[in-house]
Amino acid sequence: MKGALARKGFDGVTLLLLPAVFFVIALFIYPFLYGLFLSFAPKDGGWWLGNYAKFFSDPFLYDTIGKTLLVAVPVTIMNLACSVPVALRVRLMLKPKLLTTILVIPITLGTVLVAEGMLNYFGPRGWLNRFLMEFHLVSEPLHLIHNYWGVFLSLVITGFPFTFLLTLSYVTGIDPALEQAGAMLGARGWDRFRHILMPLLLPGLMITFCLSFVQAFSVFPSAVLLGAPAGITRVISVAAYTAAFEEYDYSMASAIAMIMAAVQVGIVALLLGLQSLFYSGPAGGGKG
Amino acid sequence: MSLRNFKALRLDAMSRDFGSLNALKGITLNVERGEFIALLGPSGCGKSTALNCLAGLLPLSSGAIWLDDKRIDTLGPEGRGFGMVFQNYALFPHMTVRKNIGFGLRMQNRPKDEIARRVEEAMRLVRLTNQGDKLPGQLSGGQQQRVAIARAIVVEPPLVLMDEPLSNLDAKLRLEMRAEIRRIHASLGCATIYVTHDQDEALSLADRIVVLRDGQTRQIGTPAELYGRPAHSDVAEFMGYRNIVKTAAILGEHLEVTIGGAKLWGTSVDIVASGDALAAIRPEDLSVTADGPISAIVQTAEYRGRDFFGVALTQDGTELYFRSEVSVSQGEAIRLSAEPHRILVYAA
Repeated sequence: MKGALARKGFDGVTLLLLPAVFFVIALFIYPFLYGLFLSFAPKDGGWWLGNYAKFFSDPFLYDTIGKTLLVAVPVTIMNLACSVPVALRVRLMLKPKLLTTILVIPITLGTVLVAEGMLNYFGPRGWLNRFLMEFHLVSEPLHLIHNYWGVFLSLVITGFPFTFLLTLSYVTGIDPALEQAGAMLGARGWDRFRHILMPLLLPGLMITFCLSFVQAFSVFPSAVLLGAPAGITRVISVAAYTAAFEEYDYSMASAIAMIMAAVQVGIVALLLGLQSLFYSGPAGGGKG
Repeated sequence: MSLRNFKALRLDAMSRDFGSLNALKGITLNVERGEFIALLGPSGCGKSTALNCLAGLLPLSSGAIWLDDKRIDTLGPEGRGFGMVFQNYALFPHMTVRKNIGFGLRMQNRPKDEIARRVEEAMRLVRLTNQGDKLPGQLSGGQQQRVAIARAIVVEPPLVLMDEPLSNLDAKLRLEMRAEIRRIHASLGCATIYVTHDQDEALSLADRIVVLRDGQTRQIGTPAELYGRPAHSDVAEFMGYRNIVKTAAILGEHLEVTIGGAKLWGTSVDIVASGDALAAIRPEDLSVTADGPISAIVQTAEYRGRDFFGVALTQDGTELYFRSEVSVSQGEAIRLSAEPHRILVYAA
């Protein structure tokens, strides 16, 4: 019996998995299933899909999906588009530690601190506007907070380091000899990027996009603190918050959370499906 | 721009520093079209730096590189049009063999049918037909090596650079590919510069060998010159003269040296007066004979099939490497001798 289990790779060491399995069940699977079932039991009784029907018939609710995507997708693209050139440059540096550290600091600060700082810096009486007004670069203060751009900027500041670190790890995984080989064969910078780096980076960038997107999609603090939570940045998490803690309708809030999850999973699945169309082997040029 | 019919490549005091380290100290060399040059030296001697400088992957600190009367060290790697075979091959892992080989032609915007034709030709030259649609990861080491060579030569470069291309292959394949590289070089008529730390490889492939040490040229010569008459004792050591014995040289009618307490005649390389000297002898030139002048005790003896390879200790404590066709065993007392023209003597 013991031998048979061991042959299937199941032995004493496997038991070490148990704490992790316990936490996954207790902290993820159970709450998820609880929420799922809760969402099928509307507060005022009635049809089991009542919450979902209500969500998709009320523009005030279903519009939040579009609004969230309108923030999350451009932010993710922006972060990714900035990360690739920076990572390509950092890779060539002999001492990249300092730059990496500076870039990573926003992660450690947390969204709320960044939001507070932005309120002071980008506000109508903030340093940026005072500077621009002082030098007559603008005639009236720029509106950079309590609207779409406030949330956008905040998500770029807090999301970029994360995107950058992931991108850097993929970029440094590409053997520099491949680019040199390209150069020896007459490929100039843009051709090397297009024909050699990009195809090898693409699978990694897809994963990075998914992770950054999921992070941006669940935006909540900056949407409330820096955005217009009743207007253009009424994102889906704000809707869920309102349902749960202002209307005390946990069932509806669960339904919104489930819809949120479904949208995220849908987009991630779409991207990973696309990824299978590209090369996804090792990014080394040597004998593997 | 056709550089294919160039006459000579000229390195003029090519130097490269890394901070305060002089990795290359003024390499000067003329390479003619059709020549096969080996850059030979121990690791850290600057041979890979030299190759990267030639390729344009490293800028020079000083000096110049000329292709006939055109100065090329100011051009980037993509402007020189040289072919390069990397040590780890550096094949593009996401492209098929055909795409890999055709990449250089594609960068020159050649018509599709010309690319297809020349890629087929190159694949035939490296004996790799029928593998065109595979990815590099699906090939063996030797096949990847051939793809790397085909990719470098398909653009018909004036100069092909090879960076220890055989070091990742097993012994048998290495011998096979060595012959292949020589054959391909002969059929192309370009110049080849080949970096290696393996003296056998350099001897068998090259028309001329450049021995580098600490970033400097120690000797440039044909394989026969380097094998038979190394200019310095360190070159001799690198070329297989494993016995480098400190001795006192007495210059008279003959040059007399003392090895293991015995007096022998040697051949002077750069001795101009009596004094301290180094005597260099290959193990295969020390023969075990009944009446040899050097008496020694066998320390170890390895069976090598045709002969034995051994280490013997002389009475004055000198270790001598020797080869013997007759069986020797550990602890046996033997007598060794060497012909005067096989003992090279250098001033110490």
